[in-house]
Amino acid sequence: MAYVEVLTNAHYLESMMATLLVAVATTVATLVISGISGVFLQRNDFPGRSLLTSLLTLPLAFPGVVVGFMIIMLAGRQGLVGQITEALGAGKLVFAYSMFGLFLGYLYFSIPRTIVTIMAAAEKMDPRLEEAARSLGAGNWRVVRDVIIPALKPALISSGAICFATAVSAFGTAFTLATRINVMPMVIYTEFTLSANMAMAAALSFFLGAVTWLVLAVARSAGGGTVAAAG
Amino acid sequence: MKPKKLSFALQLIFSLCVCGFLIIPVVMSALAGLTVNYFVGLESGLTLRWIVEVWHAYGDTISRSIGISLACLVVTLVLGVPAAYVLARRSNRITRAFEELLMLPIAVPGLATALALVSVYGSVGEFRGSWTFILVGHVLFTLPFMVRAVLAVMLTLNLKTLEEGAASLGASHWQRFAHVVLPNCRHGIVAGALMVLTLSIGEFNLTWLLHTPYTKTLPVGLADAYASMRLEVGSAYTLIFFVIIVPLLVATQALAKPRTRKFIDKAPATPGLALVKS
Repeated sequence: MAYVEVLTNAHYLESMMATLLVAVATTVATLVISGISGVFLQRNDFPGRSLLTSLLTLPLAFPGVVVGFMIIMLAGRQGLVGQITEALGAGKLVFAYSMFGLFLGYLYFSIPRTIVTIMAAAEKMDPRLEEAARSLGAGNWRVVRDVIIPALKPALISSGAICFATAVSAFGTAFTLATRINVMPMVIYTEFTLSANMAMAAALSFFLGAVTWLVLAVARSAGGGTVAAAG
Repeated sequence: MKPKKLSFALQLIFSLCVCGFLIIPVVMSALAGLTVNYFVGLESGLTLRWIVEVWHAYGDTISRSIGISLACLVVTLVLGVPAAYVLARRSNRITRAFEELLMLPIAVPGLATALALVSVYGSVGEFRGSWTFILVGHVLFTLPFMVRAVLAVMLTLNLKTLEEGAASLGASHWQRFAHVVLPNCRHGIVAGALMVLTLSIGEFNLTWLLHTPYTKTLPVGLADAYASMRLEVGSAYTLIFFVIIVPLLVATQALAKPRTRKFIDKAPATPGLALVKS
């Protein structure tokens, strides 16, 4: 039975773990980065603010394949990072085709979406709460921990869930970067095409779908209205 | 006030770095698509040669993708707007369950949806080999977004009162739908339409398994070019994709900005219902 094999085969379990790890790392990093930038952009007015916002949300419409290519431009064999490290005499640094490259790709994919959601949530934040906290002597860090993060919690939960779900199931980025990266969507794809093992591919996608759906459902019941686009 | 200035500067620098991470590769790719030899650099001169090459090798994928996305838009409008209307007017356990089901295609990985389609309809040769097979996949994937966008706007209107008013003036069911409901939720329809076009043109996860050599779409062609062509060609192709997708994105953002409040009172609260807010 294919379902039993999914849970007992070491190779599948290993790639499932790798997938979940990359997804967790992506989610945490995206939330921290977009949280800082989103709140900053919403609460400060400075020349160039709307331009910066538009640039940060420009990649919203890029599909996974294009995101993969962007990472190749950045850290691929002819990428910017490699050129810089080579010029510095440190040899060509290439990490686009690895798990770290995939992580960067998912980060690239998720940041614009999350910034949009965080900015919308930060707009509704009551500035009086922060003032009250400060007047009671709270420092910067305490304001962030006790006022800003709780106010953003629903947005953080919902966009975190979407980040996680995309990172678990996205296929285009991994496909562009390298077929050797051992994550679930790639395993399913190879089962289907190379081994023509339809039953196994179906069983694996069922598990992947179940994980994604579960994460989204838990996030929804935890109070974050599910938002925006996955895929 | 000094620490505040420092914190502002740090956050600004941080955001600029994030922006660089996102935008630098876009600029590099756009330049690479116009450079004679990317490895040599800009000194080698600018050229449209790669764009022309892409046009010859992949021109059909561009028109096919635009065609599929427009067909997808028509289908999602015809199916999605009435569906949203029913969901907005009748809120009971069945519509709630239906709504949950409708959101499934977002949660289920595209790869899984594509596998399901291939295993069910894969043997129907003529259908499998035509672009309508891809269209079915795209409709499955984009329909929830259309329904959500329209439903979100419909729930901020008081449809019941509006329709009762129209009915008391003698408007038939169809007249009420066409002249009262549709104009009032046009913002949601336009937002949903832009979303559907954007998603359909960029869709890869499903399409990669659904396509045949004769029904390649733009993203499929992109993946193909990235894997087998030189960097300049892949970049030129990406540039063409940007030219198509960025206007759609700009339109979406322009539409989202002036969120004018409707003149009608508060939306009926539907617990557990997710409003598309972005």
